[in-house]
Amino acid sequence: MTLVKTAIGRRSFIKSSALAGGGLMLGFNWLASCKMTPEQVNNLPKEWFEINGYLKIADNGQVTIMSPNPEGGQNVKTAMPMIVAEELDIDWKDVLVEQAPLNTDLYSRQFIGGSQAIRTSWEGLRMAGASARHMLKSAAAETWQLPIEEITTESGTVYHKSSEKSASFGEVASAAAQISVPEEVELKAISDFKIIGTSKKNVDGHKIVTGKPLFGIDTHSEGMLTAMIVHPPAFGMKFKSMDDAPVKSMPGIHDVFTIKVLEDEYERQHFDTCTFLEIVAIVGNSTWEVMNAKKAISVEWEPFETYNEERQPYRGPKQTLTIPAGLESSDDHKTKMIAMASKKAKVVRKDGNPEAAFRKAAKVVERTYTAPFLAHNCMEPMNFFADVKSDSAQLSGPLQKAELTEQAVAKRLGIPVEQIDVELTRLGGGYGRRSYAHWALEAAVISQKMKAPVKLVYTREDDMTGGIYRPAYQVIYKAALDSNNNLTALHINAGGIPESPLYANRFPAGAVDNYLAESWTIDTNITIGSFRAPRSNFMASAEQSFLDEVAEVIGKDPIDFRLGLLKKAQENPVGEKNDYDAERYAGVLKLVKEKSNWDKNDATRNQGVAAYFCHNSYAAQVVDMTWENDKPNIKKVTCAIDCGIVVNPDAAANLCEGGIVDGIGNALYGELTFKEGVPEKSNFDSYRMIRMSESPKEIDVHFVKNDIDPTGLGEPTFPPVFAALANAMYKLTGKRYYQQPFLSKDKA
Amino acid sequence: MAKFNLNINGKQREIDVDATTPILWVLRDHIKLVGTKYGCGIAQCGACTIHLEGNAVRSCQLPVSSVGDKKITTIEGLSEKGDHPVQQAWLEIDVPQCGYCQAGQIMTASALLEKNPNPSDEEIETAMNGNICRCGTYTRIKKAVKIAANSINA
Repeated sequence: MTLVKTAIGRRSFIKSSALAGGGLMLGFNWLASCKMTPEQVNNLPKEWFEINGYLKIADNGQVTIMSPNPEGGQNVKTAMPMIVAEELDIDWKDVLVEQAPLNTDLYSRQFIGGSQAIRTSWEGLRMAGASARHMLKSAAAETWQLPIEEITTESGTVYHKSSEKSASFGEVASAAAQISVPEEVELKAISDFKIIGTSKKNVDGHKIVTGKPLFGIDTHSEGMLTAMIVHPPAFGMKFKSMDDAPVKSMPGIHDVFTIKVLEDEYERQHFDTCTFLEIVAIVGNSTWEVMNAKKAISVEWEPFETYNEERQPYRGPKQTLTIPAGLESSDDHKTKMIAMASKKAKVVRKDGNPEAAFRKAAKVVERTYTAPFLAHNCMEPMNFFADVKSDSAQLSGPLQKAELTEQAVAKRLGIPVEQIDVELTRLGGGYGRRSYAHWALEAAVISQKMKAPVKLVYTREDDMTGGIYRPAYQVIYKAALDSNNNLTALHINAGGIPESPLYANRFPAGAVDNYLAESWTIDTNITIGSFRAPRSNFMASAEQSFLDEVAEVIGKDPIDFRLGLLKKAQENPVGEKNDYDAERYAGVLKLVKEKSNWDKNDATRNQGVAAYFCHNSYAAQVVDMTWENDKPNIKKVTCAIDCGIVVNPDAAANLCEGGIVDGIGNALYGELTFKEGVPEKSNFDSYRMIRMSESPKEIDVHFVKNDIDPTGLGEPTFPPVFAALANAMYKLTGKRYYQQPFLSKDKA
Repeated sequence: MAKFNLNINGKQREIDVDATTPILWVLRDHIKLVGTKYGCGIAQCGACTIHLEGNAVRSCQLPVSSVGDKKITTIEGLSEKGDHPVQQAWLEIDVPQCGYCQAGQIMTASALLEKNPNPSDEEIETAMNGNICRCGTYTRIKKAVKIAANSINA
C-alpha cells in the first residue's frame, strides 16, 4: 500500500453542507424512473451520510459517488467514480453515480480539455475513496472498541476478523460521517485493484438509449423562453442596423434586440474568444416560431476596422492580438502561407549546425504540407440555459470550462460568482468547441434583459459559420541525407493562420544531430479554438507522412526507420528538452507492428503506419486498406496505445476507436473554406462528415500494460491516424498526400 | 395556429401550433419528448429520426400538417422498458460516446430490422449512412445492429 498525504486535495474533503442541501443536485430521479415493488420500497435508503465531497453512503449500504467533471463522450462519468469506488472498497453494483454541479470549493479542474481528466484527478479520486474507507474503519474501531489496525474492509463491509465482527458500510456510515478527515491515507496497491482495469458499462447508457433528457438542449423550465441569434454572415463584418418591426409582431415573438456579448473594458482570458461582439437576439415562445422570425428578419452589416484585442492566455504573458479588417478568402490564405516560406521565421529550437549539414548533404528531401480550417461540428448545436435574477443566476448547459464560464458571466452580469449556480449537462460532443462559451454569456445577457429563464439555441448554420475553428496550417519539412543515407539534419518551418502548430521539442527533435525548428503566424479575423489534439492534429500528419517518405528514399522499412531514430533519442539524445520518452514511444510502434502483422505485409495488403506522442500518451497505428470503385476502403486500423493504467478498458477502446474514425473523416473530407469572409459551408449537405460506409470495417485497439499513472486518452489516437492513412493511400495510389483533406474535390 | 390530433407512442395528443411546424419541434417543445434530437434541420444528419407508420423518417422535415392520423413512434416509445432488441444490443456493445446521435441511430436501425431482419453489412451501411456520429462509433453501431438482428431472429 502507498501512504499518501491528503493535504493536496484536502479542501475537497472538508465536509460541506453545500452538497447536501443544494438545489442543484439532480436528486434521486432513478427512484421514480420505474414502478417499484413494496419490497424495493422497503429497501430504499432512508438516510444518506455525507462522508466527503465525492461520496455519501446510505443506511442500506448504497453509495452515491459524484462525478466531478463534465461528460462529453469520454466516459469520465463512469471512470471517475470507478476510481473512488475502488479505494472505498465497495462493489460497483452498489454505486450510484451523479453528475456534480460546478463547485470550486469541493473540486478542482472540472474541465474537459487536454485529455487530462483522469490524469489530474487520479490521486484526488483515490484519496476520496481511501479517506472515506479510513473513516468507516475508524467508526467501526470506535464502536467495537478495537484498534483500527485490526479492522479490514471488503466489498462494502468492515470486518474485525479475529472476533468475527462485521458491519456493512451503511451501518457505520452515520458514525463515520462524524469522524474527522484523516491526515494521511493508505492507497491500495495496484495489484489489488478489483474495479479499475475491468470494463464497466456507461452509467448513462440506459438513459441514452431510451431518450431521457441529458443534454443542455433538453433543458426546460417553467416560463422558459427560447432565444436564437443572428450573427454577421461574414468574418470581418459587424452589425450596422436592422428592421425588426415586422419580426416583432410575428406569432410567438416576445422581443428582438441587439446584445453586446462582451463589454469593451472586459479583460479576456484564454477561452474568452468571441467571434461576433454584437449580435441580434430574437426571443419567443417556441423554437419554430423563433426560427421563422430569424428567417424573416432583415439585418444590415458593415465591415469593421482593424482593432487590437488584449488577452491573458492559458500560459505565459498577456498577448495583444491584432484583428485585421477585411473579408478574407481561402485563396488569399494560400498565397500568404506560401509567401511565408521565404520570409525570416522565428527560430524556436536549434541543435548542431543545420546550415552546414544541409550544405554538405548528398541528398535533400523537402515537402510542404497544408491543412484547412475545420469546424468542430458537435452533433448537439451550441446552446445554453440561463435564468438571471436581479442578484443571482442559475446557469445550465454543456460546458468544457465551467469555472471560467462562470467567472466571465459574473463579470458580464455584475453578479458575484457566489450568487451563480452552474449545472453541468452532458455534452453532445465537445472536441474543444465548448471551451469557448460565448453563447453562455449571450444566454445570460438575454435572460437578464428579458427577466425570464431563457434557453438559447444555435441553428446548425449559426454554429458552423460562427468561428472558433481549427486553424489553417502549413509546414515545410526538409531532411538532409549524407552519402550513406543517414539523416544528418532536419529543418521544420511551421506556421498557421493565426497560430503556429509547431512543437519544437517533440520527436524527431532529440534524434537528429542538426535540427532547426522555426515558426510564424499570419493574422486573421477568423476566430480559432482548440480542436481535438490542437496543433498535434496537424503536426502528426505532416511529420509522420514525411518520415515515411524519407524512409522510402533511404530504402528502410518505415517502422524500422522510426525505431532507429528513437533508439538514438534514447541512447544518445541531442539537446536536453526533448519532451517524450523514447522507450515508450518505441514500445507502441513495436506493439502495433506485432498486432498488425506488419512483417507479413505482402502485395495484396496495403498498410501505412504512424506514431505520435501527445497529451502524455503514446499512440501508434497501422491502416490496412484497399481502393475500390475509385474510393478508399479501410479494412482495418490496428492501434497500440500507452496511456498508463487503463481504468475502464472497453470504454477506453471505444474512445480510441472514435479518435481513429474522427481522424480518418477529417483527413479525407474535413475542410472549411472562405470566400470574401463568408464560410463556404454551413450545414451537413456541403460539409462532409465521415459516415458508416466510409469508416474502417474493423478497429483493433491494444493497450500497453504497465503500472504508470493514467494519462490522456481522448486526443492521442486522433493525430497519428491522418498520417497512417496517407501512408497507406500512397501504397495504393502511388501518390503522396500533402494537402488536407486528401479527397478534396478542388484538388487534382 | 391550428389544432392537430397526433398519435404519438400510442397516445392521442392534441396540440395547437403553426401548421408548418416540423414534428421535431412539436415533440421537443410542445409534447416535451426531447429524446428526438435536433442536429441539422435539413434531413442530413439523422439525429431527429422517428418512425412514421414504422418507417424511419427525418422529423425535422416533416410538417405537423402532413402527418394526419399516422402513427408516430419516438425513441421514448420504441419499447416500454427500454428493452427493444436494438436498445439491448446498444447497451451490450456499450455503443455511445457523447450519445447525442444515438436515439436517431437506434430509430434507423430498428426500422431497418423491422423490414429486413437479417441485413448484410452493405445493407446495414446503406440504411445507416444517413446518420452521422461525430464521435465515430460506427464500428460499434454496426456490431450492435448485427447482435440485435441475431436476437430478433433467435
